[in-house]
Amino acid sequence: MPFSLLRNALASRRSPERILPRAVDLKRSYDVVIIGGGGHGLAAAYHLARDHGITDVAVLEKGYLGSGNTGRNTAIIRANYLTPEGVDFYAEALALWRGLSNEFGLNILYSERGHITLAHSDSAMRVMRWRAEVNKHQGVDSEVIYPDEIARLAPGIDVSEDVRYPILGALHHPPGATARHDAVVWGYAAGAARRGAEIHQNTEVTGVLQDAGRVTGVTTNRGEVRCDRVLQAVAGSSSIVAAMADFRLPIHTVPLQACVSLPLKPFLDPIIVSGSLHTYIWQTSRGELVMGGATDPYGLYANRSTLDFKEGLMANVLELFPFLSEVTVLRQWAGFCDMTSDFSPVMGVTPLENYYIDAGWGTWGFKATPVCGKRMAETVANGRIPDILRPFALDRFRALDLVGEKGAASVGH
Amino acid sequence: MKIMPCPLNGPRNIEEFVCAGEVIPEPDPDATSDDDWSAYLFILENHAGVVREWWYHVPTSFWFIAERDTVTDEIVDTYSPDEIFGREPRPDEPPATTGSGP
Repeated sequence: MPFSLLRNALASRRSPERILPRAVDLKRSYDVVIIGGGGHGLAAAYHLARDHGITDVAVLEKGYLGSGNTGRNTAIIRANYLTPEGVDFYAEALALWRGLSNEFGLNILYSERGHITLAHSDSAMRVMRWRAEVNKHQGVDSEVIYPDEIARLAPGIDVSEDVRYPILGALHHPPGATARHDAVVWGYAAGAARRGAEIHQNTEVTGVLQDAGRVTGVTTNRGEVRCDRVLQAVAGSSSIVAAMADFRLPIHTVPLQACVSLPLKPFLDPIIVSGSLHTYIWQTSRGELVMGGATDPYGLYANRSTLDFKEGLMANVLELFPFLSEVTVLRQWAGFCDMTSDFSPVMGVTPLENYYIDAGWGTWGFKATPVCGKRMAETVANGRIPDILRPFALDRFRALDLVGEKGAASVGH
Repeated sequence: MKIMPCPLNGPRNIEEFVCAGEVIPEPDPDATSDDDWSAYLFILENHAGVVREWWYHVPTSFWFIAERDTVTDEIVDTYSPDEIFGREPRPDEPPATTGSGP
């Protein structure tokens, strides 16, 4: 915990600090333009300034910071993936997450509480064993556990056999964590701005300028900006922005809905996930249950909510926690996700020179924020792809060299 | 409940249907390049606006095409694939050798 909290508690008066500097005019040119002021874009700006001394950077955000999927995800952090490439990548993120509060001087409420993925069938148990062995081989703490241990870690969960889909076991991942996603945005934004990066909200990119196959700038609703390099990090709008740069992506934009309940007394410590029941659920530090399920059944660029989602999700939540039947939903929202067919992200170079992409984050992007920012900054700064990003190149689809994470990336796809 | 106007079954709950993605003309597998084939498999328009997609009514195993707006979530039109892919071949007819998409 930052010591400034303690100092402020003892001080008689405290004047709040501005997290971001006041808005300034757009300059005519920058070294680097980052399209998208979500967690990934801001983390890249932060690492460009901190690690590579590149501070002539503009982050251009269409809305306000964190107004997209960074503020709409369910804030779960884990590294218990299926492929060695995926596990290595997310494990690097875990290591970075642990230090973020101190690094920012801002409490992001990082809370390691354990992540339990339930298995309700023999084939699901086989995948859990598979994931556990891959995880351990890559140095990530995961183990298969059985109903008695699940009941001990998560009292209240129905582990009886008297249900539609009895729980046979689970993958237990002790480093599984949650964090306050808004604070993550503010921490990266403040750190980047303090080191000289400019953050422009309400600034929508409307076109990408190029000359002889190389990016030269972008047009925005506030005028034209020249630059040497561009990083695109716009999640659900990835295909729209890529079309401005004249290339297409293996991405389908699909809404993902989530909701929270009224606050309850703390009863649930770990994060509970069930692929077979298309459900995940955890309890926040103020007592709300955060609940989500599978993505919507068809693609859409809209944040609307549906009754179908709530009915389907609640039927499954009540199968796991029958005593929640009288608890009401407090609020509900959606974000739109850039889904890839192998459930892995797309990071690195594009057909347009000096135009880098960070996309395909579907329903699994929040947990990768620190490592993505660090490694994409390295890519943009050096013009060279770090080894840890190579498996996730856009070119893998042309080469039929996919990174299949469907069994571990999310629920019920 | 969202309603899908099915060309075969009339208006039905959209939960009875599966969306199977964009209508993409299939290149001739024997003549096309590897790059064009992988692009056919993976690359999507992912258009924000009116798109044309394959849909499937699960209870009756009926495939059809729907045009819908991915920004407003409105279904614009639905019709049988025969309308753009031609009539179904007779049993004694040899199979078509190339995709006949628009």
